[in-house]
Amino acid sequence: MVRYILERLVYMFITLLLIATLTFFLMKLLPGTPLSAADKLSEEQQAIVLEKYGLNDPLPVQYFNYITGLFQGDLGLSFQFDNREVSTILLERMGPSMTLGAQALLFGTIIGMLLGLVAAIYHNGFLDYSSTFIAVVGKSIPSFVFAGILQFYLGVQWGLFPVALWEGWEYTVLPTIALAIFPIAIAARYMRTEMLEVLGSDFITTARAKGVNRFGVVFKHGLRNALIPLVTIIGPLAVSLMTGTLVIENIFSVPGIGEQFVKSINTNDYPIIMGTTLFFSFLFILIILIIDLLYGLIDPRIRLTEGD
Amino acid sequence: MENHKPSKDLFVPVEREEEEQHEIGRPSLSFWKDSMIRLRKNKAAMVGLFLLILIAFMAIFGPYMNQYTANEQDLSRAKIPAKVEGLGWLGMDGTLSTVEEADTVESAQASALARYSNDEENTEINVLNDGSDGGQARVEAIHDPYAAKDIENNFWFGTDGLGRDQWTRVWEGTRISLYIALLAAAIDMVIGVAYGGISAYYGGRVDNYMQRFIEIITGIPNLVVVVLMILIMDPGILSITIALVITGWIPMARIVRGQVLKLKSQEFVLASQTLGSSDGRVIRKHLVPNVMGLIIINTMFTIPSAIFFEAFLSFIGLGLPTPQASLGTLIDEGFKSLQIYPFILFWPALVLSILMIGFNVLADGLRDAFDPKMRE
Amino acid sequence: MENLLEVNNLHVSFDTYGGEVKAVRGVDFSVKKGETLAIVGESGSGKSVTTKALMGLIPKPPGRIKEGEILFEGKDLTKMKDKDLANIRGKDIAMIFQDPMTSLNPTMKVGNQIMEGLIKHQKKSKAEAKKRALELLELVGIPNPEERIKQYPHQFSGGMRQRVVIAIALACNPKLLLADEPTTALDVTIQAQILEVMKDIQKEMDSGIVFITHDLGVVANVADRVAVMYAGKIVEIGKVDDIFYNPKHPYTWGLLGSMPSLESTEDELYAIPGSPPDLLNPPKGDAFAPRSDHAMKIDFEQEPPMFKVSDDHYAATWLLHEHAPHAEPPKSVQDRMKGMARERSEGDKV
Repeated sequence: MVRYILERLVYMFITLLLIATLTFFLMKLLPGTPLSAADKLSEEQQAIVLEKYGLNDPLPVQYFNYITGLFQGDLGLSFQFDNREVSTILLERMGPSMTLGAQALLFGTIIGMLLGLVAAIYHNGFLDYSSTFIAVVGKSIPSFVFAGILQFYLGVQWGLFPVALWEGWEYTVLPTIALAIFPIAIAARYMRTEMLEVLGSDFITTARAKGVNRFGVVFKHGLRNALIPLVTIIGPLAVSLMTGTLVIENIFSVPGIGEQFVKSINTNDYPIIMGTTLFFSFLFILIILIIDLLYGLIDPRIRLTEGD
Repeated sequence: MENHKPSKDLFVPVEREEEEQHEIGRPSLSFWKDSMIRLRKNKAAMVGLFLLILIAFMAIFGPYMNQYTANEQDLSRAKIPAKVEGLGWLGMDGTLSTVEEADTVESAQASALARYSNDEENTEINVLNDGSDGGQARVEAIHDPYAAKDIENNFWFGTDGLGRDQWTRVWEGTRISLYIALLAAAIDMVIGVAYGGISAYYGGRVDNYMQRFIEIITGIPNLVVVVLMILIMDPGILSITIALVITGWIPMARIVRGQVLKLKSQEFVLASQTLGSSDGRVIRKHLVPNVMGLIIINTMFTIPSAIFFEAFLSFIGLGLPTPQASLGTLIDEGFKSLQIYPFILFWPALVLSILMIGFNVLADGLRDAFDPKMRE
Repeated sequence: MENLLEVNNLHVSFDTYGGEVKAVRGVDFSVKKGETLAIVGESGSGKSVTTKALMGLIPKPPGRIKEGEILFEGKDLTKMKDKDLANIRGKDIAMIFQDPMTSLNPTMKVGNQIMEGLIKHQKKSKAEAKKRALELLELVGIPNPEERIKQYPHQFSGGMRQRVVIAIALACNPKLLLADEPTTALDVTIQAQILEVMKDIQKEMDSGIVFITHDLGVVANVADRVAVMYAGKIVEIGKVDDIFYNPKHPYTWGLLGSMPSLESTEDELYAIPGSPPDLLNPPKGDAFAPRSDHAMKIDFEQEPPMFKVSDDHYAATWLLHEHAPHAEPPKSVQDRMKGMARERSEGDKV
């Protein structure tokens, strides 16, 4: 098991290095320097600025500095905000993004699982069709359209929640719901399929033949077996939430990483784009790794094959 | 008790050919026919298909249905809501309305009128609450911009912030969104099928290297790849399509590889190879027909996700440059005036949602229809 | 002796999108205490559906019991509420399933799976239930029960798992045991052991057993009486000896003829031509007629009633009608029957 984790960590490291290299050289292909942000400088001043960002060095040296900087958690300086470290900016903005992401993931998967469970228990009944309908709509309609609907009705028309900004718990409600729609849909759908498959399996018949009642069959025998494969979708869901936060943070003016990323794209602030890209990649790879390990922990079949 | 006293002459042996005994009870249906029958019985999928055909039709012919063009600006007629003769009951009566609150009826009226440039002639005022109960006075104002601006030809979806006809823009945008999505899905399919097929068919070292490559690429979140590619290439129909394809082909390659590997070890393929069939023949006659269902299903799921990603790119400022418009850029524009003129967002969002639902429902239906586990 | 179980005119149907599949079309039989009734037949003949119906385990929808009654100790199970049925299941009637690889919950410890029924039906404490579970594991021949009780199903081999399945079924000393091909998925050597275990337990508890199988070798080994099912009906029922040495139905002949034996040397196995009828539209008359070598005109027009051969031997074929021409089993079957009779008498001498 330890060996397996170490192996995975090495792979993770290689992939990250690759992404860093790729991003670095791609960014070098792009036009734009910190000078485009700070215009009207004398040549001397320009030279000083370029020196500060290390842009006078030959490319290999820049690359080497960048990579070694990465190991120390140094993502470089922002073009846009003078003298500010990219890593500081990201750290500052991590709070709102993480709050939103975690809330949406938790809320979304729990609601989704309940919906899917109800659908499976009342298979082919009214509740099944309703929950399937919600799942299809939730999966199909993009989060930003939902955000618009929520913002207009719950925010503007009925005034239940604040429309934008980030000044307290109630400000998280609308963006969380908008983000959670997709996890709800996916979890509901997956849960329904898994549960139906489990409820149709032989060991459920065995349990019923033992005289276990409906409740016991679903919750004691069914649920755990249906939940195990459900763990695999949490990774992709978390990743999709990263995509989601980019637009949702913008729509609701949440001061998170996603909002900063979009701003930086529009102002050609390459160090921030690179930093965020690396950060997203790191998160992505980490999530996949954690899910893999978690899966091994909760399924007794896998746990033992590893141990043997 | 007729049963127990049958007539004697019935007790004669029947002579039959041997084949008769081997007759099969039910006519067997080919896989495709069977699947199509099942698909046709799936109401949701059929509704989805109908919606898609409708939207495709409108995307092709919709822009030519009125006299406006997509880029004809006229600020004097900006932000006018939709009006369709006979559909007033659906809210498409071309009027704007607002509810204002103030201490007195008069001031509420004044602020309501101010919303519509004090055009009393074309604004109808209804007092909802005159404030005599001690609360705030509430006044509703209904304004008819069509009358105010002497517009004779209705805007079926209204106009946008620059006075452009939304009907034409929405359908042209749909056309571009569909074009990008279909193109990306088609390229994904070609690359994915070729890559997955070659990898699985030749196996061994080829397969090994090709799979390592895929593993490394999938370690990079596709969000990051797409954003980087567009930053380098500058947004445009082609660059967006390429950016979508760069990671989009991977799921297809994996699915095709998995299926081909499974088929390759099955007896009928081995038999065909043993009998001296060429590689090409084995692929054409045995592998392709058996992988086809999966390819179709996966492509059907790729299209909506490509539509989504294109719209998403518009949102983070990497969408099509003006004056080109896709559903994504139209929605992005709509958000700018959501609070006062929500209808600008409404129409493109509605079309996008229907498109996404249509593709997803049809894809689900196809998956159920092709899934051999469901066969009885 | 009074019947433990009596099934009268049982009809079970499944509503599929193609129409109503009549899986069981009027089945009658009974089982006494301490008796083993074997139900044999091809796959799709309705034998598994019949046992599932006895337990109230037909998934509804699409399945439903259309007609008939299932009397267990005089009470009609088909009219019972699901809740009351759940109190009988596992306590008075228990079931052993076919596939040991899938019939145990993969995420639950084996001990808990055995204890579950005990705690529910006998209101035992956890410790008592555990003690009984250990006894049961010992009874079905699983070594190191103390150790094994804490393990998960995937840590058991197929044969061992089937013993666990049996232990679960036996937990509450059921009066009736339904065994749905309990040995089909197992190696031949393990088959014999499992059958031994079942026989021992029957002796000890005096339970009635309904044993579903398509393996006539197993039938000869365990059953007192045999019912032959074809296309959702019992076509012949009688004592083991009746069925093996004096079969009357052409389908039974076919079944016996297709059973390999060490005796037969010269000729090939007899294969029943064709395939079972489509139960979506069951044929008129005798369902077996299209595949029978002895089909008569009447077979295609009227369904044969059960003809009495002896007190406990009945068969549903027009060949037993007084007007019918004389029909003999195929020669290979006759040889085999003779061979078996010889084998048996030799066996008796030893």
